[in-house]
Amino acid sequence: MTSRFSKGGILINRKKKLSFKFNGKNLFGFSGDTLASALLANNQVLIGRSFKYHRPRGFVSSGVEEPNALLSIGSGGSLEPNRSATTLELFDGIEAMSQNHFGSLEWDIGSISNFLSKIFPAGFYYKTFIKPRFAWKHIFEPTIRSAAGLGKAPKEHDLSSYDFFYAHLDVVIVGGGISGLVTAKNLASLGLKILLVEQKHFFGGYALSEEFKINNLDSSEFIKNLEDDLSKNENVILKKNFSIVGVHDHSYLLGLENFEVLESEDHSSIRHRLWRIRTKHLILATGAIERPLVFAGNDIPGVILSSAANEFYKLYGISQGDRVILITNNDSAYSAVVELFNAGISIPLVIDVREKSVGELPLKVKDLGIRVEFGKAITKVLGKKRVKAVEICSIVGEGSVLETIICDSVLMSGGWTSTLNLWSHCGGKIKWDNQLNTLVPDETKQSTNELGQSFISVVGSARGQFWPSELFDNMEKVIKNICEIFNLKKIKYEKYQIKEIIHEKTSPISCVPESADENLKGKSFVDYQNDVKLTDLRIATQEGFESVEHLKRYTTLGMATDQGKLSNINGIKILSHLVGKEINEVGTTTFRPPYTPISLGSIAGEARKELFKPIRKTPMHKWHQENGAIWEPVGDWQRPYTYLRNNETKEEAVYREVKNTRNSLGMLDASTLGKIIVSGNDAGEFLDLIYTNMMSTLKPGRCRYGLMCNENGFLFDDGVVARLNEKTFLCHTTTGGSDRVYSWMEEWHQTEWWDKKVFIQNLTEEYAQITIAGPKARLLLEKLGGLNVESKKFQPLDFIEGKLGNFDVRVFRISFSGELSFEIATPSANGEALWIRCLELGSELGITSYGTEALHIMRAEKGFIMIGDETDGTVIPQDLNLDWAVSKKKKDFIGKRAHERIYMQDPNRKTLVGLSLKDSTQKIPDGAYALKSGGNGAEDVLGHITSTYFSPSLDKPIAMALLKNGKSLKGQEVDIPLGSGNKLRAIVVDPQFYDIEGKRQNV
Amino acid sequence: MKKYSAFSLIKESFNNHFGWEKAWKKNNLKKSYKVIIVGAGGHGLATAYYLGKNFGIRDVAVIEKGWLGGGNTGRNTTIIRSNYLQEESAAIYEKSRSLYEKLSQELNYNVMFSPRGVMMLCQTEHELRAMRRTYYANRIFGVDTEMVSPARMKEMIPIININGPRFPILGGLWQPRGGTARHDAVAWGYARAISNWGVDIIENCEVIGVNKNKNKINSVETTKGTINCEKMCFIVAGSSSILAELCGFRLPVESVALQALVSEPIKPVMHCVVMANTVHGYMSQSDKGEMVIGGGADGYNNYTQRGSFQHIEETVRALIETFPFISRLRQLRQWGGIVDMTGDRSPIISKTPIENIYVNCGWGTGGFKAIPGSGWATAELIANGEPGELAAPFSLARFKEGRMIDESVAAAVAH
Amino acid sequence: MLKFICPICEIETDETELTPGGEAHLKRMGPGSSDQNFYTYLFERKNPRGIHFERWLHSYGCGKWFHVVRCTKTMEVFGTYSAQDTKPPKKILDAIKKKLPNGKNVK
Repeated sequence: MTSRFSKGGILINRKKKLSFKFNGKNLFGFSGDTLASALLANNQVLIGRSFKYHRPRGFVSSGVEEPNALLSIGSGGSLEPNRSATTLELFDGIEAMSQNHFGSLEWDIGSISNFLSKIFPAGFYYKTFIKPRFAWKHIFEPTIRSAAGLGKAPKEHDLSSYDFFYAHLDVVIVGGGISGLVTAKNLASLGLKILLVEQKHFFGGYALSEEFKINNLDSSEFIKNLEDDLSKNENVILKKNFSIVGVHDHSYLLGLENFEVLESEDHSSIRHRLWRIRTKHLILATGAIERPLVFAGNDIPGVILSSAANEFYKLYGISQGDRVILITNNDSAYSAVVELFNAGISIPLVIDVREKSVGELPLKVKDLGIRVEFGKAITKVLGKKRVKAVEICSIVGEGSVLETIICDSVLMSGGWTSTLNLWSHCGGKIKWDNQLNTLVPDETKQSTNELGQSFISVVGSARGQFWPSELFDNMEKVIKNICEIFNLKKIKYEKYQIKEIIHEKTSPISCVPESADENLKGKSFVDYQNDVKLTDLRIATQEGFESVEHLKRYTTLGMATDQGKLSNINGIKILSHLVGKEINEVGTTTFRPPYTPISLGSIAGEARKELFKPIRKTPMHKWHQENGAIWEPVGDWQRPYTYLRNNETKEEAVYREVKNTRNSLGMLDASTLGKIIVSGNDAGEFLDLIYTNMMSTLKPGRCRYGLMCNENGFLFDDGVVARLNEKTFLCHTTTGGSDRVYSWMEEWHQTEWWDKKVFIQNLTEEYAQITIAGPKARLLLEKLGGLNVESKKFQPLDFIEGKLGNFDVRVFRISFSGELSFEIATPSANGEALWIRCLELGSELGITSYGTEALHIMRAEKGFIMIGDETDGTVIPQDLNLDWAVSKKKKDFIGKRAHERIYMQDPNRKTLVGLSLKDSTQKIPDGAYALKSGGNGAEDVLGHITSTYFSPSLDKPIAMALLKNGKSLKGQEVDIPLGSGNKLRAIVVDPQFYDIEGKRQNV
Repeated sequence: MKKYSAFSLIKESFNNHFGWEKAWKKNNLKKSYKVIIVGAGGHGLATAYYLGKNFGIRDVAVIEKGWLGGGNTGRNTTIIRSNYLQEESAAIYEKSRSLYEKLSQELNYNVMFSPRGVMMLCQTEHELRAMRRTYYANRIFGVDTEMVSPARMKEMIPIININGPRFPILGGLWQPRGGTARHDAVAWGYARAISNWGVDIIENCEVIGVNKNKNKINSVETTKGTINCEKMCFIVAGSSSILAELCGFRLPVESVALQALVSEPIKPVMHCVVMANTVHGYMSQSDKGEMVIGGGADGYNNYTQRGSFQHIEETVRALIETFPFISRLRQLRQWGGIVDMTGDRSPIISKTPIENIYVNCGWGTGGFKAIPGSGWATAELIANGEPGELAAPFSLARFKEGRMIDESVAAAVAH
Repeated sequence: MLKFICPICEIETDETELTPGGEAHLKRMGPGSSDQNFYTYLFERKNPRGIHFERWLHSYGCGKWFHVVRCTKTMEVFGTYSAQDTKPPKKILDAIKKKLPNGKNVK
């Protein structure tokens, strides 16, 4: 069984007991444990079920590479699915649940698929479930979906919070193992700003569990000293629980700092912090990951990597089993056996697939009296939910059983794979090294930064230098290189004394026995989580999926949550064997960010809920809020759609607002309209190029409605331009368009017509603007007092400046409602006061505030266009009968050349018309299409409805539409199909419905 | 060709599956072909398939610089829909969608077309109006869609948050027969079918030049030698400008990176595809259980298949408002593809300034869903030398004439 | 995630502060230009895999447009210069020449 020794465990604090739950059972661990070690200490070896066949699985590793031990942690708004127990530092109160089983973890009904695994090899779903056609959607796919998917998703809002941190550094060192720490130590004295990060909750990496002497100190002590040293250095930021997960262009790094333990103690703490880092140099001291060996039953709980077994023992005081055997293709794995043996664990056998080894460690194991068999392999592991025994065979041949050995745990080691994901995120290439039996960085094809220079160095076992005495082989070069980059004088590089361990080469063998039969291959797992077996890889290559990318996609090899950290290299080795090509010919798949999965919450950071997109508010926002406004988002603004009174419906409120305005008086918060000042000697000339109509001829004190097209000729914004004085124009834009138009003008000024002497300023938020509209509008302005607004003095399209009551104002006589209308602009700070003043004085005139919907109805009654309704990015001014606003005199304006193209002149273009319904109880639906009378199909389409309202003023429905050759259709009937299948019949009319002579606004 | 079926699968299981043949043959190049298709992505393979099926033209080579299906075909978010606003778009995308319906049976290859429905959210009044217009257009142009209320949407997608706070959901446009398919399988299925007819699929074969005589080409230079041909069509998405330059003309496209990401797999929580255009994000759940997430494209020319992280950020933020539960999921993987964007965001299926060269490009962010329809229309163009009804509106000439097919009218993103 | 030196601010600017603006040094075709020239101006972009002369706007900074020379394949930046320079400065052209002595673009 698995248990914790009464002594030992470098990381755990036995005085601090922590309680946690697994599948409802109360268990205990110690501070310093991971959830994995705490579970193992409680003899919980069976930990989950695999993805496809629901096979029982246990811990294979002790780190981020773990494919099996994925649990759901927490509940409600703190639920986290698929968390690997090996990366979660234990805290008090963790509730963990196993995943992906129907019924209990021990008795999973889903494991029935295991028995059918022969029929379901890789890619089986491409070959079946084809007929009958409906069955895929209704039967097969739902079955597959429910069987896949691992953990359950949280249902509630995330209770945690997340934030960002920006850092600019000279050097970032990834990996707090011995290589990373020593590199930092050497660089720290140079005055460079350094960040060193370690993804685990402790420094030292394998040097903590694989003890050796360095400078006559135990490696663990040496590391402790280094850590103390560096933490005192003000140039060094030392971080645990911190992963660099991505390297992006221009040396931009993403790092995730994990505060989960802190959050468990202090709920106000953030959970994760996403670091966005720019660094001049990046050093990868990312170490290496041990590879499994591929043999039948290598997935049975109790089979574990030898390095993981060693870590569980040395760091947490745990042994996976009482009778442990090792199978290895290299020397390094022997050290775990030595440790466990010395702790009193029975080691009945060590199987070495090599012919021999006279390395120091194997000899030491022999000296301890442990039986070592060379040239042997495992036929298969016996047991279902726990290793019971192994059958031993010769490495050559098909795996005839020579001997069966009872044991409860199998350690395995297939060599080491350097961790080089970050090397290649940004284009760096990696290659296979047959000598070192690992991937190494291809230094001829490096990631480059914005200067076109390489900026990544690799040290330690990440470059295949796995043995302690080799760890620092390249470091002196790296330090020198960095000194050159930063123009530093040569520094003394500290030498370290490490005793060399004589060792033999790792064998390239990864699958045993060499000619295993199909039954054994069908139980030999390459990718644990995704259940990819040797047979699957064989079938895939046989079917031609022999590019490494095809193999990956066809078999799902390396696509599980561990992203192939354990499986990729074995997969590639097997592929190379199957297709008879060198590994470097076969190639590797591309490493993609993130190195380890990061929470989506951390990517969003604080930008959620109200902060997701900041809202722009007018000075009168508070008043609207308090007076029943229903909000409508327009661009980033919130505008009142209407104001609800008492028990009104939205529709009733809108109609009331329209009628009130038409009959007496209404007021609108128009502050959101864009206000752009264009000033300078050439302002008129410049605006002549920007607008389709002539602006340079506008007299100071006067306003003109103007249109803007893009270079493609399409109308994109409109508004009233006022000439404030000879050199200054104030351009109003639509609410959504202010920023766009401002940028537009700047772009043309800066990049095309920089010879024009103009200065452009966006003053949108500097002014509040209130529209006073209705027959009694003038009365209100007179009551406010201070300005002469009588009709002779103050004519349509005039504006005046002065004081209205106590308010500094600019008043425009412009109308978008068709009523007598004044737009009063005042500095934003006065906006709310002026608004309230207007309401007070207007109350006896029967004033009402109205929202955007009433505004839209009133403009539609008048046939005024609305950008975004009558335009959609494909409409030119001529389509909207706005030819009068497109200058024929001007030589040039933006869009003029485009209007000359054939299609823009086509008489069949859709043009704006009005529609009138025979049946005034009906309403034409928004967005509906108009067909030729009696028509049905696509060929009868005339166009679409752009605006449609029930007109309270006329007490009938009105609509505008863009119809093919609209002018020719006047007086004709058209059909408008409804969703129900019925049709409405409408008559094409002029798009002006109310007060066609324009008497009302000109009083 | 060995037929795929449950029966053959069971039969093979007794033989340890040793009987399966290569999905597509690894042939060597011949000296000459009637038609050369450059690009063994979905569109190229589909074009070859419909050339063979509809026109009996099977003396064809599909040549590919990298590995089959390795471009955007294998990098997209697998959404299939046809709820387009413009008549021309609706026609080709609906043709495509309807071909997808029976593609598995036709190819005897399960491409896992799953019409689980596509829901497009309306999160502003303006978007609601635009979506209603699309709905009415769809009805007329024969695309089956319906408008749904927020309450109905909540019933259909219980995991969705319809209450904002920033952009509450006002409604949605639902296409019940939209959905997803397995992207790789689409390429593999077409490849298997055409390979069986004797069409040569040549991988790791890059075009490095063309040999012209006046305004016609007679052969193509590749890294595997010279191939003569009567007609050539290139269908290479992000690399279109490069091929066009080799042929001696330019295209109105720009190559930019489009990124996507997946979460770790979770048990089924969302059946359909959801697209949120106002906030720029879309999401579906794969059969493996991963949440597949996409967003807007980068704005700068790029050939690296890597995008800028800020777009991932924007997309994730956008989706967390509507799907708060994803906040505690983890991003498993992100990747990018190089898409070619045209001036009006609609594709090009067209003749070119060179008489016997044709081009299919400009699918931008929405090419996967179009594969069968695009192949169908392109095959027609190559075979007849003139575009049929589906392809005609998508000619290069439209840019000169100002006859844009602008889908951004209805949706800020056109995926 | 790109970064450039804004030639106006003379500081390093992050992509999040910037807005891309497409190919630089286009010659605007106005009224009177041929259909082909107008089409070329409006739509036909070089879109090279390699050195690209392009426009960027320091939108969340000084608000000024500037030019960037960037390789679209390696993301190397050869320099930035004013939006009102109608030709790239010699220094940048020299740097490109040094990188690509045979004058061919990257591919």
